[in-house]
Amino acid sequence: MIIGIDVGGTNTDAVLLSNNSIEKKVKVSTDSADLFHTVLACFTNLLDGINPEEIKRIVISTTLTTNAIVQQNMNPVGMIVSAGPGIDPTNFKTGEHYYCVTGSINHRGREKAPVNKMQIEDIAKKMKKDGIEYVGVVSKFCVRNPSHEILIKRILNKFFKKVFLGHHVSGNLNFPRRIATTHLNAAVFSLHKSFFEAVQQSLKEKGITAPIQILKADGGTMSLESSLSFPGQTVLSGPAASILGAIPYAPEKQDAIVLDIGGTTSDIAFLVDKAPLLEPVGIRRGQYKSLIRSLLTDSKGIGGDSTVRVKDKEWIIGPDRQGPAMAFGGSEPTPTDALVVLGLMNEGDQENAKKGIHKIAQEMNLPDAEAADQIFKKCCSIILKKTFEMIDKLNSKPVYTVHEFLEGYKISPRKILLLGGPALYFAKKIEELYHIETVAVPESSVANAIGAALARTTCEVSLNADTEQGIVTAHEEDFAEPISKTYSDDDLMEAAYTLLKEKAMNSGADPDNLDEVEVVEFQKFNIVRNFSPRGKIFRTKMQLKPGLIKGFEDVLQ
Amino acid sequence: MLKATNKTGLVFFPAFDWAIDPTHPEREERLLYTQDQVTEEGVFDINEILEYKPEIVKAQDIRRAHFCVPDEKTIATESHLISAGGAKAIADAVLNKEVKNGFALVRPPGHHSMRVSHGGRGFCHINIEAIMVEYIRSQFGVKKIAVVDTDCHHGDGSNDIFWHDPDILFISLHQDGRTMYPGSGFPGELGGPNAKGSNLNIPLPPGTSTEGYLYVIKNCVLPVLEEFKPDLIVNSAGQDNHYTDPLTNMNFSAQGYAKLTSLLKPDIAVLEGGYSIEGALPYVNLGIILAMAGLDYSGVIEPDFNPEALKQSVSITDKIKKTTDLVNSYWHQKEELRQQSGIHGDFQVRHREIFYDTDNIFEQQKEKIRICRDCGGSFEIDSKATPGHHILAVHIPINACSECIDAGYKFFESADKNKFEKVFLQDRTKDTYEIK
Repeated sequence: MIIGIDVGGTNTDAVLLSNNSIEKKVKVSTDSADLFHTVLACFTNLLDGINPEEIKRIVISTTLTTNAIVQQNMNPVGMIVSAGPGIDPTNFKTGEHYYCVTGSINHRGREKAPVNKMQIEDIAKKMKKDGIEYVGVVSKFCVRNPSHEILIKRILNKFFKKVFLGHHVSGNLNFPRRIATTHLNAAVFSLHKSFFEAVQQSLKEKGITAPIQILKADGGTMSLESSLSFPGQTVLSGPAASILGAIPYAPEKQDAIVLDIGGTTSDIAFLVDKAPLLEPVGIRRGQYKSLIRSLLTDSKGIGGDSTVRVKDKEWIIGPDRQGPAMAFGGSEPTPTDALVVLGLMNEGDQENAKKGIHKIAQEMNLPDAEAADQIFKKCCSIILKKTFEMIDKLNSKPVYTVHEFLEGYKISPRKILLLGGPALYFAKKIEELYHIETVAVPESSVANAIGAALARTTCEVSLNADTEQGIVTAHEEDFAEPISKTYSDDDLMEAAYTLLKEKAMNSGADPDNLDEVEVVEFQKFNIVRNFSPRGKIFRTKMQLKPGLIKGFEDVLQ
Repeated sequence: MLKATNKTGLVFFPAFDWAIDPTHPEREERLLYTQDQVTEEGVFDINEILEYKPEIVKAQDIRRAHFCVPDEKTIATESHLISAGGAKAIADAVLNKEVKNGFALVRPPGHHSMRVSHGGRGFCHINIEAIMVEYIRSQFGVKKIAVVDTDCHHGDGSNDIFWHDPDILFISLHQDGRTMYPGSGFPGELGGPNAKGSNLNIPLPPGTSTEGYLYVIKNCVLPVLEEFKPDLIVNSAGQDNHYTDPLTNMNFSAQGYAKLTSLLKPDIAVLEGGYSIEGALPYVNLGIILAMAGLDYSGVIEPDFNPEALKQSVSITDKIKKTTDLVNSYWHQKEELRQQSGIHGDFQVRHREIFYDTDNIFEQQKEKIRICRDCGGSFEIDSKATPGHHILAVHIPINACSECIDAGYKFFESADKNKFEKVFLQDRTKDTYEIK
C-alpha cells in the first residue's frame, strides 16, 4: 500500500491506496505553525488498523519551504558571486551577506580571469565572524565550466557547515535565477532537514520502514537524501500534486486543461497526451524567478469564496477573499452563495446565502436567481478567459529554428478537467458556455493526495559536447569526460540516457518506471573558424517525464 | 532588481537550422554564443524587456520593397521570410506602442539586397529593413523615416531601394569601399535626381575605432537627424565593425556599440552582419539590448578588450573629420543639388551593372526616372541577369503625384511584352503589384 499526503495552505489531504482502491482518505486542517503535527496526525489516522509493514511507499508534498519564503523565516546565507563581463551582479543581491568577487568564465566555458584566493579567504573569515553557517557560490557560465565554484568551495569548506554550488542547481543558463535558486537551497536547508528527519524518525517509531519520497514542483518525487542538496525544489509542489491527480482522466494523444478551483484562487495547467507541461526555465511567482523545474501553472485570484461586488453596474468577483461564503458563516456574498441560491448546492446555510445574494441583486435591480446565474457565469468566464490567454501565450512562445517555426506544436485542448471543492457544479456550466467537454475529476477533493501518492520520480540532465575542446560535460551531475573528434549525436544520446538513469535511481526511482524518457532539446552546430571546420557542438536535454507510477491504474476506475 | 527605463521589444530568431553552406560565415552557429550570453544574463527576465515571436512575411510584404525575379519563392527561403518577419513583428510592437523601442536579432541579413533581386548578394536575398519600412509606411502611414546603417559594409541594397525617395533618409557608415565589399558608398553617392542628399554615405578608413565612430554620430548623423526630423529611426545594426571581426578591419567595441545606440536612440534596430561570433556578438548584442532598454551597460566589456591597442591614429582621425565635413556640406546643399540634377518633367536614364557575389549572377540595369519636384518620381528598370531573366520593373512611389502615377502606368502599358519575360508594376500609392 502507498500513502500520499498533500499539505496545503488551509487543509491537508491524505490517502492510503492499495493496488485496486482508495482504502482511506483523510482531510485535516493545516496548522501552519506546526506542520509536523499536521503530517503526523494524517499518518496516525491512515495507519489506524493497518499493518505498517504493508506500506511500501510514502510521498509527501508540503508547504514547508513556501511558508518559510513567505514568512521570511530562513537561515541567513552568505553568497559569493563571480560575474565577469555583463550586467552588474549587485543587481541580484540576495541579502546582506552578498559578495561579488573577481574571476570570469566565458560562454564557451573558457577561463578569462582567475579566482583570487586571498579575496575568498578574507570574505570567508568575515562571514564566519558574522555567524554565517551556509554559503552559496555561483559563477557566471559555471554550467559550462564549474572550476571556479569548485575552487571557491574548497577554500570555504573548513569555515562553513555546507556550501551550495550554482552548477548543481540546473543545466540551464540564467545567472540571476541561479543565484536566487542557490540562495534558496541554502536558506531552507536546515528547516527542511530537521522537518523530514523528524517525520522519518516518528514513522520509524510507528514501524514503517518504507523510505519517504518528497514531491517536487515538477510533479516528480525525490528521496529524502537527494532532497537535502536541493530543498528548494519542494517549493510549490501542491499545485503539481493536483495536476497529477487529474492525469488518469485526461485523454490520450490529446491536450487537456486542468482547472483547480479553490476558495481564493484557481490554478490552471495543461496536459499533452497525459503529460503535464513544464515551465521552460523554472518557477516564476511574481518577481521571484528561479531555475527550479516546475509544472507550468498559473493562478488567478478567483475561486468559490471570492468576494462579489457591484461596481458601475458590473459584477466584480475577487481577487480577494474576505472569509468563507455566507452559506458557511462568512460576511460577504461569494460565487458559492450563488450556487446555493441556484439550488445547485445543498450544503451550508441556505438563508444566509440568499440574504447575501439578495443584497447585491438589488444593487443591479435583478431578481435573486437571475443575479446568481450572472455571477456564476461571470465567474466561469473569468477563469476561462485567463486559461485561453495562457494558451495564446504558450502558442506564441518564441522559437529559434525554421523547423519549429513552421512545424511547432500548438496546444488546442479538447477537454477540461476540474478539481477542487466546487468542481462538480462548475463542470456542467462551463461545458454549456464553452462547448468543450468538461468533467469534474472523481474523488476531486483528495485528487491532490492521490496525485502525490502516485507521482513517479522525475529528473533532467543537460549535456554539452564540444569536439573542438574535446570534452562532453554535464556539470550538474559532476560529469565530464574527454571525447574524440568523431564523437557523434548517438554517443551523446547514449551518455545522456546513462546519466539520466543513474540520476533517477539515485533519487529513489523504481526501475520499472524509467521508460518515460523524452529528449527535450537537441542541437548540433559546426564550429567554423577562418572558413575551416574545427569541430562540433552537440547539446541535449533529456528528462524523465512527470506522470504516474505503473500498477495503480485500477485504483481510480 | 533590475528596472529598465524603456520598454524594449526583442525578436530573437537565430535560425539554428539554416546556413548558406556549412562553413559559410552566415551559418547555424552565428548567434549561438549570443543566445548563451543573453540567456545567462537573464535578459528575458527583465520585466521591461518583452520577447516577441517573429512572423513570416508573405509575398505581398516583399512586393512593396522588391521585384523578385522570377518570383519571391525562388529568391527567398523560409528562413529569409521569418527573418524579415522578425523585423516586421518588432515594427508592429513599436508602432502599436506596446514597447518604446525594439531590436530584431534575426538572421539571415538583408541590407545588400536591392530593389530588383535576382538572387543572393553579400549573404542577402531580400532586404529585411526595406520590407519593414515599406510595411510601416503602408500599415501605419508613417511619412518620414531615417535608416541609419552602421554595418561595416556599405548598405548598398538599402541605398538602392531608398535612392530616389526624399522621405527616407538613408545614412550608411562603413569601411571605405576601396578596401571592402561591396566597393561602393562614397560621399558623392547622394541619391537620385529627386532625392539628392537624402542618401548620405560616410566611408571610414580601416582602423577606425570607437572614437571615430562616435565622432561621426555626434558631428554628422545626429545633426542631420535633428534637421530631417524623422517620425521613426531605424538602425541597421551590423556588428562587423568590431575589432575581432574576421571579415573587416575596424576597431569598434561593445562599449562603442552601446554608446552609439544610446546616442542614436533608434526606435527599431535590426541585426545585419557581424561574424566574430564568439568574441564580439555576445557582448555587442548584450550592449545594444541594455542601451535600448536604458539599462546600465558599463559592465559589458569584451574579456580581451585593450583600449590602448585599439586607439586610432591621428591621420585616421583627420580623414574622418574631412569626410564628415564633406558629407555635412552635401547635406546643407541638398536643395541646390536637386535643382541642378534635372528639370521637372524630364526623364533621366542611368545604366548600372550589379554583381551578385553569393549566387554568381551578373545583372545589367537601365533605369529611367521622371524628374519630379513634387514626389519621389516614378521609374522603370530594364533588368537583365546572366544567368537569369530579362524583366522590366515599374515603380510608382508611395506619395507619387498624379503626373508620376500617370507616367508609371504609361511605362507599364507601353512595355513590349515580347522583349521582356515579365513586366512588373509596383504601385505603392495603392499598395498593389501587377505582373504581365
